[in-house]
Amino acid sequence: MTTKQLLKVENLKQYFPIKGGFLGRTVNHVKAVDDISFTINKGETVSVVGESGCGKSTTGRAILRLDEPTAGSVEFDGQDVLGLSKADMRKMRADMQIIFQDPYASLNPRKTVRQTLNEAMEIQNVVPKRERNDKIIELMETVGLQRHQIDRFPHEFSGGQRQRIGIARALSVNPKLIICDEAVSALDVSIQAQVLNLLKRLQREMDLTFLFIAHDLGVVRHISDRIIVMYLGKIVEMGETKSIFENPQHPYTKALLSAIPVPNPKKKSERIFLRGDVPSPIDPPSGCRFHTRCPFATDKCREEIPVLEAKDEIYEGKHTVACHYALDIQAGKHEAQYEMTNVRKVLDEEGMDDESTAKDREEAKN
Amino acid sequence: MAVVSKESALETKPVNPRVKSMKDFYERLKKNKSALVGFYVLLFFFFVSIFGAIDANYGITGVSSNATNLTAKLQGPSAEYWFGTDHLGRDIFIRILHGMYITLGVGFAATFLAGLVGVPLGIISGYFGGWVDTVIMRIMDILLAFPGILLALAIVSVLGGSTINVTIAIAIGAVPQFARIVRGSTLTTKKLEYVDAIRALGAKNGKIIFQHILPNIMSPIIVNTTLFIATAILSAAGLSFLGLGVQPPTPEWGAMLNDGRNYMYQASHITFFPGMMIVIVVLAFNLFGDGLRDALDPKMKK
Repeated sequence: MTTKQLLKVENLKQYFPIKGGFLGRTVNHVKAVDDISFTINKGETVSVVGESGCGKSTTGRAILRLDEPTAGSVEFDGQDVLGLSKADMRKMRADMQIIFQDPYASLNPRKTVRQTLNEAMEIQNVVPKRERNDKIIELMETVGLQRHQIDRFPHEFSGGQRQRIGIARALSVNPKLIICDEAVSALDVSIQAQVLNLLKRLQREMDLTFLFIAHDLGVVRHISDRIIVMYLGKIVEMGETKSIFENPQHPYTKALLSAIPVPNPKKKSERIFLRGDVPSPIDPPSGCRFHTRCPFATDKCREEIPVLEAKDEIYEGKHTVACHYALDIQAGKHEAQYEMTNVRKVLDEEGMDDESTAKDREEAKN
Repeated sequence: MAVVSKESALETKPVNPRVKSMKDFYERLKKNKSALVGFYVLLFFFFVSIFGAIDANYGITGVSSNATNLTAKLQGPSAEYWFGTDHLGRDIFIRILHGMYITLGVGFAATFLAGLVGVPLGIISGYFGGWVDTVIMRIMDILLAFPGILLALAIVSVLGGSTINVTIAIAIGAVPQFARIVRGSTLTTKKLEYVDAIRALGAKNGKIIFQHILPNIMSPIIVNTTLFIATAILSAAGLSFLGLGVQPPTPEWGAMLNDGRNYMYQASHITFFPGMMIVIVVLAFNLFGDGLRDALDPKMKK
């Protein structure tokens, strides 16, 4: 694998204004993505994971300028994407494509497969008019659709087939980078596997680079070379897939990974449960954004924003984490203030809410 | 089963999707009996109107609608005069038939004009947003602040009473209604992922609007158009009744109501029949419009 950088995102911020008051002034901002930086190398698959509302999709949309980012820079193949003029941006769009989550909403219901694909090629003028028909059929066969389905409308296809049309549309302009925004989340598991394998094959054959936005960690592990873990608009951990899965350093990543179901019912895995909900991105917590839910949090976490960095030489260039105590926790030097693993167990058994459970436990102690 | 149908679909010639959807549409409309009745009533009225439009005086019957017969004035309904005669002895039935094209014509023309202005305004407003949206929608709000009939009255008083001026006045009042509905639909449609997808491909705004947004907001536009024609007919009749619309002796239904006003006690049929016809037309448009809304709603598809 080459190590040539294809996409470089630096200090990307995406704030959405909240209008309010009598005159509709901006009263506050939703800090959907707050100062994130990462790079993607050519031919790589990088996944962005995190729970709903952490800014994964917003990141993808900002890179493509579907929403104009508030600040930061996006460099694609050495070119500054955010500085491009409208006309140049239009040309640039052939190199960066997106596959959407919802195969029902991502296709115009009034256009046939032929029209959809033809339109894409027409906009970017990648294929001469006379050859377009052949190219459409070729694309359809590449993504596993039948030649005779060319004049069908989206509603005549199943979800998986529609997603294949979406993929064909993205491929039709010969992109270098494809952002898959939850591209398989809406499909059922067997179809997910088919589409994932299709994406993998396309990557090999067409030398594609993927930015894979997902919340399904099983899918992510299967497809990605590197993983970016996001929490509340910030990157908390970033590293090679193997390193992240085998040696997660951030408490949030640990909790996230512990949520993957284990196929063996006899094997008991320790499930880590987080307290409370994700805080509002309008007014994110000070210091480390995870401190409100982190059992290891100290005053330092509440005040100082942790830097995303490799904590040890052995992780250099492979694995970075934004946590003040990553190494200490690993070494067992920094203890959790409360138990994270059995809260839900008690809750499940007794069917009670957090407060009463806590009371019960205290009584049991006395 | 599915495999078999696929195979047979391969052999048969592909059906033109537009024809197929028209057939589907009629099938769905047929299930709604009242809408179907409305549809056929309108179809009949159109047929009658064509003759009126070709020759306003002799219309479909070939008898002059303005032929007066003072010996037979204020007669009630009979075998000779089905709907009776008015104060000048004119046959009301014939006048109603011949005047139908004015009523329908004003309704259609006003709605068409309103749509012609309102739809682009709504799309521009919804698609571009920002200050463009604010400016357009505030102007629409100002227009909406006047009651429709009052606005039309004011405009007609300025322009003078005539069929064309009534049409323009009603159209101006209806522009905001179209703009609002279209703006709302545009806002929903532009957030759909396929619009993002086409933007990510680098399409220009014009292409996105005409090929991806407009075709997908056609059903609310069509339904609103049908329903608005009924309102426009009512407004036109109202203006003519007040003497500000279509001028006599043109057999406009609203003007005919006005003619009969003075003879209400002796000969109520002069006002009754034109009034009833207005009710029937408006009802037919409303029933058909409601059925159309159901039939065009993709969520109602079985």
